[in-house]
Amino acid sequence: MAKMINLKINNIPVSVPEGSSVLDAARKAGVVIPTLCYLKDVNCVGSCRMCLVEATGARGLVAACVYPVSEGMEVQTNTEKVRKSRKMTLELLLSKHKKECLACERAGNCELQRLSIEYGCDPNYFAGDETRHPIDDSAPYVVRDRDKCINCMRCVAACNKQAVGAIGAIDRGYAAHVGSAFEMDLMSSVCVGCGQCVVACPVGALKERSTVDCVWDAIADPKKKVVFFTAPSVRATLGEAFGLPVGTNVEGKMVAAIRRLGNVEVFNMDVTADLTIMEEAAELVNRIQTGGVMPMFTSCCPGWVKFVEQKYPEMIPHLSTCKSPQEMFGGLLKTYYCEKNGIDPKDLYVVSVIPCTAKKYEASRPEMGGEVDTALTTRELARMIKTAGIDFNSLPEEAFDNPFATCSGGGTIFGASGGVMEAALRVAAQMLDGSFEVVDFKEVRGTQPIKEATYKIAGKTVRVAVASGLANAKEIIEGVKNGTRHYDFIEIMACPGGCVNGGGQPTLPDSIRNSTELKSLRAAALYKSDKKNGYRRSSETPVIKMIYDEYFGTPNSEKAHKVLHTHYHEDKRI
Amino acid sequence: MEHCEAKCGTAEQEKALEAVIEASRSTPGCLMHILQEAQGIYGYLPMPVQKKIAEGLGISLSEVYGVVTFYSQFSLNPKGKNRISVCLGTACYVKGSDKILEEVEKELGIKCGECTADGLFSIDSCRCVGACGLAPVMMIGDEVYGKLTPDKVKGILDSYKEANK
Repeated sequence: MAKMINLKINNIPVSVPEGSSVLDAARKAGVVIPTLCYLKDVNCVGSCRMCLVEATGARGLVAACVYPVSEGMEVQTNTEKVRKSRKMTLELLLSKHKKECLACERAGNCELQRLSIEYGCDPNYFAGDETRHPIDDSAPYVVRDRDKCINCMRCVAACNKQAVGAIGAIDRGYAAHVGSAFEMDLMSSVCVGCGQCVVACPVGALKERSTVDCVWDAIADPKKKVVFFTAPSVRATLGEAFGLPVGTNVEGKMVAAIRRLGNVEVFNMDVTADLTIMEEAAELVNRIQTGGVMPMFTSCCPGWVKFVEQKYPEMIPHLSTCKSPQEMFGGLLKTYYCEKNGIDPKDLYVVSVIPCTAKKYEASRPEMGGEVDTALTTRELARMIKTAGIDFNSLPEEAFDNPFATCSGGGTIFGASGGVMEAALRVAAQMLDGSFEVVDFKEVRGTQPIKEATYKIAGKTVRVAVASGLANAKEIIEGVKNGTRHYDFIEIMACPGGCVNGGGQPTLPDSIRNSTELKSLRAAALYKSDKKNGYRRSSETPVIKMIYDEYFGTPNSEKAHKVLHTHYHEDKRI
Repeated sequence: MEHCEAKCGTAEQEKALEAVIEASRSTPGCLMHILQEAQGIYGYLPMPVQKKIAEGLGISLSEVYGVVTFYSQFSLNPKGKNRISVCLGTACYVKGSDKILEEVEKELGIKCGECTADGLFSIDSCRCVGACGLAPVMMIGDEVYGKLTPDKVKGILDSYKEANK
């Protein structure tokens, strides 16, 4: 056990393990120290100077987030000296900040705004440089406004943690700013669109490229039939945008809210998660039985796919050819559903609601043929619900529309790291061995960066790995390439913890993010739903049976390949 | 801005750069050293060179670019045959060296940090060359020009143009 250190924070005695920071100790003592550049698991560099405190034995003020505790230390977090320093730091940040706070998307949920109010700052105390720079809206997923940036470097840390490094610190002193190398726009850079920078940003410098207006236009167009479908993890996070506790499953209210946006139908994307599993499990079994390219990697995460295309194009043959659940739904709606209901695909407007910014990019990929007309993040859906004046928390629970309502638990857990693997194993195991009854593969659950397991199925040893976060994906891929890691099937999700922690999820205040295990709480809501579901295997649901009986015949059939599979392109970038 | 030049200069330059990367890549903190060597080989650090370094070290291009733009010793632009360096140190500055720099920029039609299209001149600024008694001062190559006034600039530059004919 680590040695315990005794100290006092604002005269409150507290004992913490050696090596803890003053910030850790203060949290334990119930004392709040304001932070800006600090973000749990992402960034801890002590650069913003908001968390300055007085500590015995230290020269001048010290940054609590990086200053280690020592025996007998006495810390004061709220002296006049400290308050003056923090206020000046904020006013200096505000001097250059583009203060469009009246209509900024982060207003009310902005760390800079919150602290400025708390410290009674004069936003114009210092006359700063008002030079304005163009907004980077080159990418269909993320928009970057340099003039709102406060150089906290949380986005850069998040991007580096993803082993992408599309953005970094440029220049020095007053000219220092965040950007891509050679001031490239995001679309030309190595950015994969995961949006981890967006959820790391404490202000409004990064946001998704919103297509909310296109959806309102489509709803208002009498010639258009508008259908929504929502990704598995959205039900586990949307409630956060309406003040509900992290991990609340709001499936019923979410459906009710979307239905009240206008004359729309609301489908369940877990259904095409099931469909993805049918196709992917069949592909895996086929690769195993025919000696195809192994190991096989999942392909439902568009940030991961872009990462492979740009960084490891030689690994493209290892990617499953299955489209993601979003694009399978787009394909299914514009073919099967339109044919069945006599709708001209041109008149069907398909909106997917996803926890992800990269899915916006995926929807715009030419090989997807525009089957999904637009993709909205969880945040954008929340904004639409607020614009429509819907009182979310008092809505009744409603069910998804038929025919795409009933899913299996396997489809639902797609939203958490390990979920695709578990759902695929449930089906693939039965394809290989009809008497295989196990449905719980607990070894691949949890928020660990890399999970490995080996299963004996039909006399074969199946070695699987699950990684979330692209730095961990990189570790897996390097291991596979140099022969130190041996697997048959690998699930990769670009965002740490999977879609529940996606770049399109609600941005929660630092006070919650720094004290909560977001990933596991959100994932728990999905596993709870899986456990309650009468259908655990994707192959069992009546909807999947109907789709194959009426349209595709069997998984990996010629028709299924045409509608539900895709291909990838080398796009090597440095 | 040139985008993704296929090659890194001449074959000799590329070979020299590869040798530098290979020799230092396993040393922690080798980036500064490699950048200095690379600038010695190419005279500046264009995108293909930075990409090669990033790839060689397994780090992101934005990290390399961040270091290059942090230190004033590194240049993103090629240097001219005649490198002009106008002193903006305190003594020269109070004697009006900003006006000298302005005149040089106007005369050559480029900004400080840039190189003329014919490659004859590049302009930089520096902080004190140790000739404060001659302020304001500029250097062209190793030659020091002191007690300057804006109207002397054209004649000095013309002498270099003449010598190049």
